[in-house]
Formats: sequence, structure tokens, C-alpha cells
Amino acid sequence: MSAFVGKYADELIKTAKYIATPGKGILAADESTGTIGKRFSSINVENIESNRQALRELLFTSPGAFPCLSGVILFEETLYQKASDGKPFVDLLQENGVIPGIKVDKGVVDLAGTNGETTTQGLDSLGARCQEYYKAGARFAKWRAVLKIGATEPSELSIQENAKGLARYAIICQENGLVPIVEPEVLTDGSHDIKKCAAVTETVLAAVYKALNDHHVLLEGTLLKPNMVTPGSDSPKVAPEVIAEYTVTALRRTVPPAVPGIVFLSGGQSEEEATLNLNAMNKLDVLKPWTLTFSFGRALQQSTLKAWAGKTENVANAQATFLARCKANSEATLGKYTGDASGDSAASESLFVKGYKY
Amino acid sequence: MSAFTSKFADELIANAAYIGTPGKGILAADESTGTIGKRLASINVENVETNRRNLRELLFTAPGALPCLSGVILFEETLYQKSSDGKLFVDILKEGGVLPGIKVDKGTVELAGTNGETTTQGLDGLGDRCKKYYEAGARFAKWRAVLKIGENEPSEHSIHENAYGLARYAVICQENGLVPIVEPEILVDGSHDIHKCAAVTERVLAACYKALSDHHVLLEGTLLKPNMVTPGSDSPKVTPEVIAEHTVRALQRTVPAAVPAIVFLSGGQSEEEATRNLNAMNQLKTKKPWSLSFSFGRALQQSTLKTWAGKEENVKAAQEALYVRCKANSEATLGTYKGDAKLGDGAAESLHVKDYKY
Repeated sequence: MSAFVGKYADELIKTAKYIATPGKGILAADESTGTIGKRFSSINVENIESNRQALRELLFTSPGAFPCLSGVILFEETLYQKASDGKPFVDLLQENGVIPGIKVDKGVVDLAGTNGETTTQGLDSLGARCQEYYKAGARFAKWRAVLKIGATEPSELSIQENAKGLARYAIICQENGLVPIVEPEVLTDGSHDIKKCAAVTETVLAAVYKALNDHHVLLEGTLLKPNMVTPGSDSPKVAPEVIAEYTVTALRRTVPPAVPGIVFLSGGQSEEEATLNLNAMNKLDVLKPWTLTFSFGRALQQSTLKAWAGKTENVANAQATFLARCKANSEATLGKYTGDASGDSAASESLFVKGYKY
Repeated sequence: MSAFTSKFADELIANAAYIGTPGKGILAADESTGTIGKRLASINVENVETNRRNLRELLFTAPGALPCLSGVILFEETLYQKSSDGKLFVDILKEGGVLPGIKVDKGTVELAGTNGETTTQGLDGLGDRCKKYYEAGARFAKWRAVLKIGENEPSEHSIHENAYGLARYAVICQENGLVPIVEPEILVDGSHDIHKCAAVTERVLAACYKALSDHHVLLEGTLLKPNMVTPGSDSPKVTPEVIAEHTVRALQRTVPAAVPAIVFLSGGQSEEEATRNLNAMNQLKTKKPWSLSFSFGRALQQSTLKTWAGKEENVKAAQEALYVRCKANSEATLGTYKGDAKLGDGAAESLHVKDYKY
């Protein structure tokens, strides 16, 4: 095999496959302390540890939500937090068939000589960190690479750097028992059309899979977290069926069948948009050798956050809102969503923030 | 799309899909004048044009053979030849539902500074040649790149040269209406085991698909012609099921689902071995988003040649021998071959020639 088959190979393959179970998907609850602060200020909640703990407890104890989820991505602080009854979050998740994951990158830095393009850092001592996370109960990891579309972007340098960074991260994870989610996000910012996004996405994904092969990554023990293929944020919107067609075509042209699942990021899409698009992809009558599911952050939590507003008396209502989004997306992974999730106005609100700094 | 959009796009996609029709495959009858001379010499037949024409007429008019075939690869001379009753071979094929293909490479030359590694030539004026071939009735092309396994082989240089030569050839074909068969053959010569062959095959195929992406090739309008993954010729043999498992896994890890069909070369395998291996692959219960078929030269013609021996009175028997192999391989593409084909003279004979010069 050109793939490195270490002692964790069987476990990695099993975990990746489980995360990709049809009907389930991932809740991305790995907002860093800085980022969750922005969310909190939008609902006038103080960014202190007890509030961060309260939010995650709200999410992880929502009745009925677990069956819709195969994994939750956590920030490091959350990996070691407990519910108010003293039970570690990690145990709560595992007992309910949800695999804990961990964000391991350390954010982006500018690439000198480019027009605002970035690379992602976090490789130093990554192996040792992964070992610690594995001991704490994590079984998958996530690393976000970011690319943008512009007149001369993404540059070859940016594509190569980000692809190689992802590949190096991925093999280190596998050496230490964590399934790497490979996330090469092509930002929606811009006035380009969907064809441009498709071309860039295909070029980026081709480079990513070449890099993964060069680094001997075991594809059966990985997941892909790509952007959907859409028009730029400043361009006219198109129907979910169009997004589905361009997205699935791009993936069929680049993602080897050995990859068990593709877990889409929602970018700046509203909760409802993201669900409708995922649903359209799963309804598309074309051969798809990987499951198509979700790894949503904002698109699962937006209306839940608003409903909660930091108040204990709102928790039950917020949890019901969260469950509605989980169910909608679970149905979307099966192509069965009929678009009747609770008609919360927040669900249709675009979550796009120009030049969004994660 | 990162793929270039040619005016022939729809036709390329339709033809590539047709060649991959389950139950059908390709007869590789594109032996150059020099190569066919070796075959004819082995049955004591003079290498003159009439004999070359007679052989091909025998093949193309064999009762029952054409329905098992979706394509036949021809050498340039044959593209313009007629049967004894004055009908162009290409017309006979077309009327029989078989697409004519054309070998367009001009053989291999050594790569200086390597240990006998080669690259393939034939790009000069290729566009114009393809146009002429299209006018003559060809609808697909073939270009053979060759790599070998050794201590330090294949080198990164050889992989890169051959992958990018294939990609350049492929896009020129598509610009001119021909479906390119992409053939990166890794020779079976050597004492390596099947794992080594798998690792090299995965590495080579990953490089090919990166190159095809870089050159904007429309994958839906291509075919892949790879080696099966086997132990080296000097190593102990393994069962068809083992070959099937390693081969399909290598393809799952590297060949995007957009490629409609994979048409294996037979290398030095005997007729019966090649068929059994193909059959085992089609019986394997695993993800195979492309159809798996054959593009056999020696493994379809060996017993036919021996039976014919250049004699008019043997034509009928020779044609029956061809039909037997065509039918067996047709069944193998469906995984229904029972291994009961009437073995013709030499059907179980290895066709491996050490350090074979094509």
C-alpha cells in the first residue's frame, strides 16, 4: 500500500465509517474562546467559562438530538469540561453514540507576498497533542485550511501550502489514533459565478488528494469537509438543485471512492439554505460512492443561540429549536427533508459575514 | 468547471460511457508493424501487409465476437484497410456496434540519467493527427506510458514525465473528438510482492489524476487502462481473489468516480488468468463506481493466432477460439464467468516476456 498502515488503522477506518452513517452528521461546536465571544456578544452574554460550559451543556443534553449526530467537534477547553452533574462532556457524548472530536489547528497566518492569502498553523508538537486528546477521549480531529477566490486567487502557492499542511496534519493524526477531517474551505466572498467556484474547488481538491497520497494518508480513515459549490456572496443566488449538481460533479471528479464520507461546512449559509442544499445533493440521481452529510456550526446553532439568549428559563425552548435543526439535517442526509422544520425566522437568516475571521 | 469544455464534450461523455457498457470490452489489435511481426514470426507467418490485413479480418468478422466488444484499438495502417470484399474495417466495426480506436503514441524513449526508465513520445502534431483519425472514423485513442518497479524505480522523475505526457495527450485528444484511454502501465517484471505493486500503482495513479486535473481534462470523457495489481513475475503467484482485492482497493484510493470505466491491460498474463482476475474483481462486494472491463491484446488473441497459423483452412477454428475468449471476458465483466471456457491452444500459457519491448 502507499498508505501508511499504523496500529490504529482498523480503528480509524471504523470510526470514519461510523461518522459517515446515513442519517447522522457532525455538530461543529469547536468555536475558540475568541470566536464564541463574538457569538455571545450578539446575544448579550458574557464570555466567561461558565457561560461557555452552559451553552455546550444545553447542546449536549438536548433531548432527541443524539440520534441525529455521529460526532461533535470540540475546542480544547470543552474536551475537559463537565456537565453540571459532574459528568465529563466526553463521557456524555460517548455514552450516547456520539464520537468526540477535537479542533487541533492554531488558526491562520498571512502568506507573505500574496494578496491576503493564508496558511494554517498548528503542526508543532501536534503528535504529542493528539496523543493527549486521544487519552481524553477524542477520536477524530479537525484542521481548517482557508482559500479565497479573487482575480489571481487562489494562487498556486496558497493551494500547495494549504494542501500540504492538511496532509501533514492528517498523517500525524492517523499516527496517533485520530481520524483527520480534511477541511479545505474555499470562502464564498466575491462576485464570481458558480462555475468559477466549481473550477477552483476542483483544482483545490485535486491538489489536496495528491498531497494526501504523497504523505501516505490512509483515505479510508479520513473524512472530507469541503465547501458546497455556490455562486459568490455578491452574486445572484441559485436553486439548491443547481448547487447540488455542481457540488456533486466537483466531488465526483476529485474525491476517491475510498473516502467514506463528505461532511459539508455551511460557510455563511442560513440554517435553512444549508439543509435544503444538503437535501438536494442526497436526492440527486447520480452515483455517489461516499455519504454526503453535515458538519455544521452556525447552521445548527444560530436560532438555538438566539432562543437561549443566555437565560436558564429559555433552555428547554432553545433545546427544542436545536433538535428541529438536527432532525432537519438528519433527514437531508437521506434526501427526505420536506422543508417544514419549525419556521423560525432565524432559520432563514443568512449567516454570511464578509471577510469572516474564524 | 476546472475541466475545459470542448465542442465534443457530450460526444466524448457518451462514447466513454458506451465503451464501459457492462458485458463489453476492448480488443487491443493495435500492434505496430514491428510488434505484429514478432507475433507472426511465432506462427511462421510472413510480416507482409496482406497477412496483417488477413489477421485483422479474421478477428473483426469472427461470428459472435463483436457483440462482446465496445471498441477495438487499431494501428494506423489498419484504420485505412478494407476486408477482402472491399468494406472498410472501420465500417464493419461501426455496423457491429463497436467503436474504432487508434493508437497515437510513437513508442518509448529512454530518460537520460535513469536506470532504463522511459517516457513516451508522440505529442508533435498530435492535434492534426487526431483530426484525421476522427475523419477516418476513430472515436477513441490510446497512448501507453511505461513504468517499472526496481530498487529506485519508478523514480519521481519518471512518474512525473509519464503522468504529464499522458495528460497532454489526453486533452489534445478531447480537443479533437477522441476519448483518450489513459494507460500508465507498471510492468510486472521483478521479484517484488503484491504490496509493492499496490503501493507503486497507487502512487502512479495519484500522479496521473493530478496531472489530468492540471491539464483540464474532462474525466467523464476518458477511460483508464491500468495494470492489475499482482506480484512481480519472479514472485509466487496469488489467487484471483487476492489480485482483485488489491487492485480494486488501489483504484478506490485514486480513481475519481467521474471516470466511467476502467479497462485493464493483460500484461504478461495468460488468457485464462486475465479472465479469472477480471471476473474476481467484478464479483468483489465493495464500492466500484466505474465499470471494470478489459482492453486485452495478447490475452484475447493468443490461442486465435496459434490456431490460425496463417492458414486459410484454419480461419473458422481460429474465429471460434476468439469467440470463446470474447465470451469469457464478457462474462467476466459481469462476474459470471464460470471458468469453463473451452481452453484453446495456449490459453493457459503465460504471455510474459521478460523486459518486454512493446
